[in-house]
Amino acid sequence: MLKLFKKGKEPEILRDELGRRAVIDIRQITKMYQMGDVEVHALRGVDLQIYEGEFVSIMGPSGSGKSTLMYILGALDQPTNGAYYLDGVDVSKLDEKQLAIIRNKKIGFVFQSFNLLKRTTALRQVELPLMYGGVSGRTKKAKAALEAVGLGKRLDHLPSELSGGQQQRVAIARAIVNEPAMILADEPTGNLDSRSGTEVMQIFQTMNREKGITTVFVTHDPWIARHTNRVIMLRDGVVVADRKVATPLVAGETERPSEAEELEGVFQEVYYGGKEEEYN
Amino acid sequence: MNFAEIFRIAVSALLTNRLRSALTTLGIVIGVGAVIGLVSLGRGVEEFVAKEFDAIGSNSLIITSQRPSSATRTRVDPLTMKEADDLKNPLIAPHIRDVAPQFAFFALVTGESGSRNITANGVVPQMLTVRNWNLARGDFISQADLDDNARVVVLGADMVEILFGDETIDPIGATIRINERVFTVIGVMEFVEGFGGQNDTVLIPITTAQTRMVENARARDGSYRVSSIYIQVTAEEATDQAKAEISAYMDEAHSILFDGEQDYRINDQSELRDFVLTLTVLLTLFLSMIAGISLLVGGIGIMNIMLVSVTERTREIGLRKAVGARGSDILLQFLIESLLLSLIGGALGIVVGWLAALLGTALIDDITLTLSTDAILLATIVSTIVGIFFGAYPASRAARMKPIDALRFE
Ligand SMILES: Nc1ncnc2c1ncn2[C@@H]1O[C@H](COP(=O)(O)OP(=O)(O)OP(=O)(O)O)[C@@H](O)[C@H]1O
Ligand SMILES: [Mg+2]
Repeated sequence: MLKLFKKGKEPEILRDELGRRAVIDIRQITKMYQMGDVEVHALRGVDLQIYEGEFVSIMGPSGSGKSTLMYILGALDQPTNGAYYLDGVDVSKLDEKQLAIIRNKKIGFVFQSFNLLKRTTALRQVELPLMYGGVSGRTKKAKAALEAVGLGKRLDHLPSELSGGQQQRVAIARAIVNEPAMILADEPTGNLDSRSGTEVMQIFQTMNREKGITTVFVTHDPWIARHTNRVIMLRDGVVVADRKVATPLVAGETERPSEAEELEGVFQEVYYGGKEEEYN
Repeated sequence: MNFAEIFRIAVSALLTNRLRSALTTLGIVIGVGAVIGLVSLGRGVEEFVAKEFDAIGSNSLIITSQRPSSATRTRVDPLTMKEADDLKNPLIAPHIRDVAPQFAFFALVTGESGSRNITANGVVPQMLTVRNWNLARGDFISQADLDDNARVVVLGADMVEILFGDETIDPIGATIRINERVFTVIGVMEFVEGFGGQNDTVLIPITTAQTRMVENARARDGSYRVSSIYIQVTAEEATDQAKAEISAYMDEAHSILFDGEQDYRINDQSELRDFVLTLTVLLTLFLSMIAGISLLVGGIGIMNIMLVSVTERTREIGLRKAVGARGSDILLQFLIESLLLSLIGGALGIVVGWLAALLGTALIDDITLTLSTDAILLATIVSTIVGIFFGAYPASRAARMKPIDALRFE
């Protein structure tokens, strides 16, 4: 079906120690924004490999380039320099049409601000990627996706008739409905209260555990980050830490600790890179 | 991504902003309505004019006097009864069926309750058939009346009211005075469509006019003068041959040696008809061009609203692209929106134009405004073009948006 993804002189797809393929493989990515005479270097050379089935969170202070990186990973934006191989395909060489297909088939993007269409029912929202992908049996697939996020009874609700957490779950259903290679989420719990945030985390975790969907998301919340398997720290446009979580929490099973306890014993190795206030 | 889906998206987007869509459409409704209405008006006038000329009869010719265009001759010999008689001769003019000379003179006509200065006409019985006239009541002038120089008169349709104060009065047998001479009314003409002023005239025997109403109506050769000669041709196709025969005869009768010396002219009704019809067609064209300007304004309205809509829905466009919409999908979506606006406007405009035509028909006497299929076709094509033309720029702007810029848009 995706005949445009024929392998040419692409590099060998990397594998990790468990033999998993690298879904994301970026090399020395930079991103520079021109603001009048000022050059803003949002990313200053990021190397990153994320393997299939991984559950990764990206953290870092505001302005460190997290969103910029996510947009590039989501093929919504192009890097200024560097290479991005998505499932072995060099994304920088794709044209508009091929990028649209990549976004449709390979990537499910979840935004902090939900980005649901106004005056459109949950079912229609979720059908959207199927429609642009020309997939048949849309209603059935969209229903299944909404049931998977626990909204099987809210098919005909408009965004205005749903809580923030429910809206974000509709957005997640929309992201997973096309069975993408990975889900990218930019602060998906940022606009939610902690209970809704936990619900959303549960969904991501279940998707990752049961269906093995590679998941990358940005969060400011260390407690949320503890539910993932790997934490990547960005600072001033570079990766300053990349660590595995010793024992990822299972969403909903553990009470959120007090703020003082929050940062203790999170990582396999203790990392401390920036100023302490930045992580609170 | 199929067309039906994009169509559905476009429709629901328009329905979301009902009032705005309706107002945008209004510009096109007015433009198309004006085009349809004015084109129907123009058509109505054309038909009216054509009908008027058909009433006169397109197989008729009129010979009148004129000043020669060439400087080599200045004399104008009047048309005469003899010439009218000669033209009736099939040996001279085989393509002429009938001839009716007319002698016009100014007259003060006075009746029981009114008088008026008019151009009165001395006519022959054949005038009735040659000019396609009909009598409303009474009789027309007969050969006997000509022979007797009888003082009988047939009134034009409007004259009854002018002279007797009421158009319903039966004036047969009443007397009126023409230039102080008493005449008996023997007939009344039916109303004649046309521009010739045939309805406010009186008709008397041509002999009476020539002998009793003017000082000296004789030409140099002793034959009576006439003002014009009406000719009925055997068939419409024979008009050119009849013209040639008349020219040949008249050139000889008036001793015309060179072209340009002619002191007479042969008026062809069909030429005048074609000329006037061309004028009305030009009028129609002019009116529809003015209406076209309002259509242009309507189109700019669509473009304006589409640009607003694209800007307003920047995030929506970004989201659609983020989940896999191609530029072409977005382009099509917005093009269909503007096309729908202009097509719905066009359809309503046709209805409005049609209602205007009905109203016009009710308000304007004699003119029937017809809604022609080509006007509808034109309106449909034009509103399609307007929709595509004025929708293209906003739609391509939407299609070219980068997903990230669109998503970041506040
Ligand atoms: N469109 C843009 N034009 C100019 N500068 C930009 C643009 N987008 C981002 N930047 C700059 O790039 C840098 C990285 O921005 P980015 O949004 O990636 O940060 P972030 O880590 O997501 O921050 P936050 O946690 O606040 O979301 C910032 O300095 C920001 O001001
Ligand atoms: Mg951000």
